[in-house]
Amino acid sequence: MKLGVPVRAAILSGALFLVFVSVWQLAVSGGATSTAGMDPEYAKLMGQTAKGASAVPGPSTIAVELLRHLADPFYDAGPNDKGIGIQMGYSLIRVLLGFSIAAVVAIPLGFVIGMSPLAYRALDPFIQILKPISPLAWMPLALYTIKDSSASAIFVIFICSLWPMLVNTAFGVASVRVEWLNVAKTLEAGRIRTALRVILPAAAPTIMTGMRISIGIAWLVIVAAEMLVGGTGIGYFVWNEWNNLSITNIIVAILFIGVFGLVLDQILAHLTRMVTYAD
Amino acid sequence: MSEKRFLISIEALSKHYPTPDGTGETAVFDNIWLRIEEGEFVCVIGHSGCGKTTLLNILAGLESASSGGIILGGSEITGPSLDRAVIFQSHALMPWMTVFGNVAFAVRSKWPTLDKASLYAHCRKYLDLVHLGENQDKRPAQLSGGMRQRVGIARAFAIQPKMMLMDEPFSALDALTRGTLQDQLLSICAETKQTSFMITHDIDEAIFLADKIVLMTNGPHAKIAEIVKNPLPRTRKRENMHRHPHYYRMRSHLLDFLVSRSKTFDDTIVEGGYDPRNPPIIEPGRTPRATLATPSAGEFTTAGPMESAVVR
Repeated sequence: MKLGVPVRAAILSGALFLVFVSVWQLAVSGGATSTAGMDPEYAKLMGQTAKGASAVPGPSTIAVELLRHLADPFYDAGPNDKGIGIQMGYSLIRVLLGFSIAAVVAIPLGFVIGMSPLAYRALDPFIQILKPISPLAWMPLALYTIKDSSASAIFVIFICSLWPMLVNTAFGVASVRVEWLNVAKTLEAGRIRTALRVILPAAAPTIMTGMRISIGIAWLVIVAAEMLVGGTGIGYFVWNEWNNLSITNIIVAILFIGVFGLVLDQILAHLTRMVTYAD
Repeated sequence: MSEKRFLISIEALSKHYPTPDGTGETAVFDNIWLRIEEGEFVCVIGHSGCGKTTLLNILAGLESASSGGIILGGSEITGPSLDRAVIFQSHALMPWMTVFGNVAFAVRSKWPTLDKASLYAHCRKYLDLVHLGENQDKRPAQLSGGMRQRVGIARAFAIQPKMMLMDEPFSALDALTRGTLQDQLLSICAETKQTSFMITHDIDEAIFLADKIVLMTNGPHAKIAEIVKNPLPRTRKRENMHRHPHYYRMRSHLLDFLVSRSKTFDDTIVEGGYDPRNPPIIEPGRTPRATLATPSAGEFTTAGPMESAVVR
């Protein structure tokens, strides 16, 4: 019996995962570092490493920890001990807020830039200079002017989500086919009606692609931003666990970040498909 | 003839574009005069680059003329308007709207206050006219090329324009589909007494559809060489059209023009022999030799207007 490509791909994925997990388990369980001849005080400082096992946990340890987090994701035992669900929630809210504000600014502005060659030329130098700046470079400026760490993180997300949406909206609007605009003109459709009924749906796939790029970048940046501002969020959680030297929790957090990033991307991908038209 | 009968009057129309090096201007066409009667179907024939599409775009209000103007029903054309509908070469349907949505968008533009039931009835009437009522909920991408162009036709007729402008609407279709669509277009035009202006480079299409065929010379400085009146009655049918006594004379006259005279026309003009305000009107099979403002037949090396205009 011949299996289809999707089934075979799934089997291969599963096999690769098993190989990866087995190698990982083997690598961390064997090869204990010897503590013989080491100063007992130094060995104590070195923690687990000195006890003879790797500080990197095996997949089984991760799985146990992962289940523990999933069993109680929303506990709150003080500022430095919150469930991973709460931390993830903080990060998500910041990303969605910053992203939404960026969309509210970028899409209308992109419309103007896309429709007016004058605005395009006038604003292009600013966009070209501001676009390549790492969003984290804005952080000190944001902290100084906004004077609120959480709002500064949102501002950083706003800044990093802005450019892909702005550039894609402008490009999408500018490349709406002339014939569709001519149809609207010969039908004496007003500016607003043309914008909403013709240009917006025509440019929607390009705009949505920009939004998808933006949410991806925002999700990359939030971890770093929260490491800097601290307090709450998944980025802070990772940094906090690093200070606790809990590699297990860091790996669990990494898995969560990956899964949530995938979900965000898929939501935007689905929305993009909804506005894409066959031509 | 009284002025009132003309729906459209193109007067001294010229269009210039700056040359690529920016030093001067080239005229696509110069000093074009043309009048179109109400209910008349006019076809413009000419080679690519003679400014046919530019002329149509100016009529549609999508481009502006460099000089001269166009009067439509007593007022000058200054921009696009719902009293002129355009059927585009590439159907130009909005792919994100359904077939019905495309027509409804146009109808809503003309009558914004129309209630839902009347809107539906109106759109459906025009979709049925092109036999697409059953397909109203499909997207353009699900339709064949011919069906898409029919939606474009329904959309244009649905706004009941004074003037229908068509830019080679059938040139992207296969011959069989083209024939069917021409039949439909002719019957719709006859039914609605639609004044129409069509660009084509298909001679048979022009003979089948047009009352008058405007021949344009090659650009730059394109001009209207002559206006050929179609001798075939309006009741012509595709099946028996070629049996009309003047059909072949007409056809070869047009063919001669496209093949050679469109290039050499300027050289054959003698002093005072061509008036751009009143280009010669040719009626194949009827126009007697003497009324033609052309030099004597002996001066022609290639087929002159005489060749086909005069019965042999």
